Amino acid sequence: MNLQRLAINDEGFIFDPETGNSYTVNKTGLFIIKFLKEGKSEEEIVKALSEKFDVSEEDARRDLVDFMEQLRLYGLLEGENV
Amino acid sequence: MKEPYEKPVIQKLKTGMVNKFGSSPAYARKFRKDIEGVPVDELVERFGSPLFVFSEKKLRQKFREVKNAFTLRYPNVEFSWSYKTNYLDAICAVLHQEGETAEVVSEFEYEKARRLGVPGNQIIYNGPYKPYDSLVTAVKEGARINIDHFEEIADLEKVADELGVKPRVGIRLNMDTGIHPQWSRFGFNLESGQALDAVKRIASGGKLELVGLHCHIGTFILDPHAYEVEVKKMVDFSYTVEDQFGFKIEYLDIGGGFPSKNRLKGIYLPPEVAVPSVDEFAERVCSALLSSLRPGDYPKLILESGRAIVDEAGYLITTVHAAKRLPSGLKAYVLDAGVNILFTAFWYKFNVELDREVYGTSEPCVLYGPLCMNIDVVDDLTYLPPLPRGTRLILSPVGAYNVTQWMQFIRYRPAVVLIGENGEVDLIREAEDLTDIVRREKLPERLKLEW
Ligand SMILES: Cc1ncc(COP(=O)(O)O)c(C=O)c1O
Repeated sequence: MNLQRLAINDEGFIFDPETGNSYTVNKTGLFIIKFLKEGKSEEEIVKALSEKFDVSEEDARRDLVDFMEQLRLYGLLEGENV
Repeated sequence: MKEPYEKPVIQKLKTGMVNKFGSSPAYARKFRKDIEGVPVDELVERFGSPLFVFSEKKLRQKFREVKNAFTLRYPNVEFSWSYKTNYLDAICAVLHQEGETAEVVSEFEYEKARRLGVPGNQIIYNGPYKPYDSLVTAVKEGARINIDHFEEIADLEKVADELGVKPRVGIRLNMDTGIHPQWSRFGFNLESGQALDAVKRIASGGKLELVGLHCHIGTFILDPHAYEVEVKKMVDFSYTVEDQFGFKIEYLDIGGGFPSKNRLKGIYLPPEVAVPSVDEFAERVCSALLSSLRPGDYPKLILESGRAIVDEAGYLITTVHAAKRLPSGLKAYVLDAGVNILFTAFWYKFNVELDREVYGTSEPCVLYGPLCMNIDVVDDLTYLPPLPRGTRLILSPVGAYNVTQWMQFIRYRPAVVLIGENGEVDLIREAEDLTDIVRREKLPERLKLEW
């Protein structure tokens, strides 16, 4: 998965050494990316989100799908785990 | 306790910056030393800060792009420049040179277009409030008038009697195209039958010739499909009118509303992804027309596109006046430009570029304007390295609506310059001074101060 090669700092700056592109993510985005990098499943992430943040599982699931869509648009997610 | 939730968002930073500043993404900021080749420093030195800067090249390019998209697909197209979007003489003149007529919504805009040299018959007069005298002038000068309400029908019939002519008019429609909010306060509603009533009323009066239909479904419309619905409904209605009343509908004016490559607040996808291309809009509009018009019938398609044409041609240079730390820990900057001159800051998140390379870790910050009011926020959250006082920020796109909706509240409005296609810099509106504001004031003799 492309996410593995990303350099990520705690401020939410992401650098892709392969393409030279960089990105910013907000706190929630950062939280999700870290889990994705660890190979966690969508369901696990949804659960983690709703435990840490003030959000329902339903909303978290919808936002997660949307976020993964954004990652895919940027070419940061590929096949395997999605 | 759970932490407050924010929707997850990722944004791409402009490429090419990373290499310049080593591999640390913390420095990945956007820099801009010039606008169309003219150094930002030089512009500010000559004309002050804040400063609106327009690119003639971009303006013409964008117009031609939009024009080509439609003229390629439909044989009879007119572009009418929406004055309210930007009625600076120089901007209008560029667009008139490119072949746009003038779309005005007040007697002031009408007069401004006439003063610039636009003939009456090249003006489309819209809007819910058209003072009677302005209707007389517009009819005399052959302007195309799109009627907003029943009272206006009566007004125009009176003008017809007064001048002994049969004015050729259009009516504005409002309709459900799936866009919310529906702009139902303008014109006559289609679905309720009100629009048909208006046609009946015009026909029975016998003093006006109905030759056009007008509609404007909203602004910054991101769904091209809405235009397909609009066009089909307009074509259907035009045939109802023609078949039942014997009028010939010569033009279908579908208004404006195409988005610019700006970023609406709350939409985190970059505009390159979120905003459909102009070709997509053109394709929907023109194929809807061609598939619903009768063979051989090509009424004029009129477009009143505003922001899509001028927004990206405009930049605002503003200067950091002070940096503060808010009690929340958030960094804040006070700029010399705020919502007084950036009305569109209320719904856009602008592109922010720095005039110099500033090192240091970016941190979240808020950009405030110079007003003594809480609402004066240019950007409620962006990420910037620590900016020294005097750093200039270049905000864009700001070409649409700001130089018409700006307010004079507690400050003078700044200068506006136009950079020509050969890099020439022309002042197209001087910065205001006290005389502009007090020129119309009168102080009663008894209140003269004797200090
Ligand atoms: C009647 C009419 N035409 C055209 C426009 C221009 O709209 P836009 O800038 O969204 O293209 C407007 C804007 O409100 C309008 O009211």
